[in-house]
Amino acid sequence: MSESIIKFDKVVKRFGSLTVIDELDFEVKRGEKVTIIGPSGSGKSTVLRILMTLESISDGVVWIGDEPLWHEQKNGSMVPASEAHLRKMRGQLGMVFQQFNLFPHMTVLRNITEAPVRVGKLSKAEAKDRAEELLQMVGLSDQANKYPHQLSGGQQQRVGIARALAMRPKIMLFDEPTSALDPELVGEVLNVIGQLAEEHDLTMLLVTHEMRFAREVSDRVCFFDRGKIKEEAAPDELFTNPKEERTREFLKAVLEEK
Amino acid sequence: MLFGIEWDRSSDLAFAISIFPILMRGLWVTIQATFLGFFVAMILGLVLAALKSAPLKIISWPAYAITEFIRDTPLLIQLFFLYYVLPEYGLVFPAFITGALALGIQYSAYLSEVYRAGIEAVAKGQHEAARALNLTGLRTFTHVVLPQAIPRIVPAMGNYLVSIMKDVPILSVVTVLEMLNVAQIIGDRTFNYLIPLSMVGGIYLVLTIVASAGVRLLDNALPKRGLPLK
Repeated sequence: MSESIIKFDKVVKRFGSLTVIDELDFEVKRGEKVTIIGPSGSGKSTVLRILMTLESISDGVVWIGDEPLWHEQKNGSMVPASEAHLRKMRGQLGMVFQQFNLFPHMTVLRNITEAPVRVGKLSKAEAKDRAEELLQMVGLSDQANKYPHQLSGGQQQRVGIARALAMRPKIMLFDEPTSALDPELVGEVLNVIGQLAEEHDLTMLLVTHEMRFAREVSDRVCFFDRGKIKEEAAPDELFTNPKEERTREFLKAVLEEK
Repeated sequence: MLFGIEWDRSSDLAFAISIFPILMRGLWVTIQATFLGFFVAMILGLVLAALKSAPLKIISWPAYAITEFIRDTPLLIQLFFLYYVLPEYGLVFPAFITGALALGIQYSAYLSEVYRAGIEAVAKGQHEAARALNLTGLRTFTHVVLPQAIPRIVPAMGNYLVSIMKDVPILSVVTVLEMLNVAQIIGDRTFNYLIPLSMVGGIYLVLTIVASAGVRLLDNALPKRGLPLK
């Protein structure tokens, strides 16, 4: 656990006149599990969306391993990335969305096998084997032939996790994966994510409001405020002994709410 | 006599029965014009929709302008233009083709909006999930967007098919022998307009009711969540 797999170097993201990410420096090491917390509008989801190439950057450089994500190196200078470069880089990342974003017209199995067959060039049988393995892992072996609307929210999100994992990403991004769920369904999804966190090689970046869970699974917690990291520390440290006034306020507000 | 078929004027009922096959000849032309026009509208509409969704304004703007122009000018003017003006530039088509083309052009503007609305109604999250999974743009369009857009597009297109059919009588002004024109000729020659015109109205009513029911059936039969992919 030494070299960084994700590195934000003075990254800026503006939407019109609004600066969402403000000269952000941020690093994640290979295999590290990092949780991002912070008030809404602090730019925490944007960090994940930039990594998944759903949102471009206005300035700075994002590194994945030793390659820039949004740029290509040509004759020693950085030029904006081509779609081919983005496709190559994207293959290293998987994302789980707040609203699941499953394909409603595809069965659970098809949701999971579509990308491995079309993008990963697996045979249908190989992709099916892999999907069944993943469904077993998320506890949904018997739901392969159902459609998303026939499942509960918690089950849908577990399919979402299986679908992202099917491309064997090195980095998994979780964008508020339990925020759209009924409270009694949150646990089953967190269990699966917690199980994934046991995997040594997988780098995980999690945006969540589940503070207790963040404390359990992450190696480090980053508190975001106004597009910057206001404070970052090991979870025990940050939750019990926050240094910044802003962090204390936020934690107090969030924990009282529960 | 029309199309070699004699009418029987011994009673109103006999007259109605005798002109029915003549009106059917006209109906056949009406149906042909409807489907040819609709076919043109479907293709042209798809082209317009594709151009309007182009990222480059130089491409999308003219497409928007064309759509607006077509929608905001009367069909009759467009028809006259195609029928009287194009021949001056050496483009001479049979009246039937010109008529169907005019209908097709008019409705392409409407259908382009139907396509666009159907495609844009597919949730943004679907595009994001497809992108996160690294599906190509083409694959995303054909296997994620279209299957979800088609159940919204098809019923709306059905309504425009019915609409086109009701606009076909306009082609009578450029001598196309569709059903209404045929009825009018019968009226001119027999001085009985009431019966042929009423029959045309009745036939239209039946056709429209049947077609609308068909559209509703189709709407109910289409899976709301998208054409299933197993």
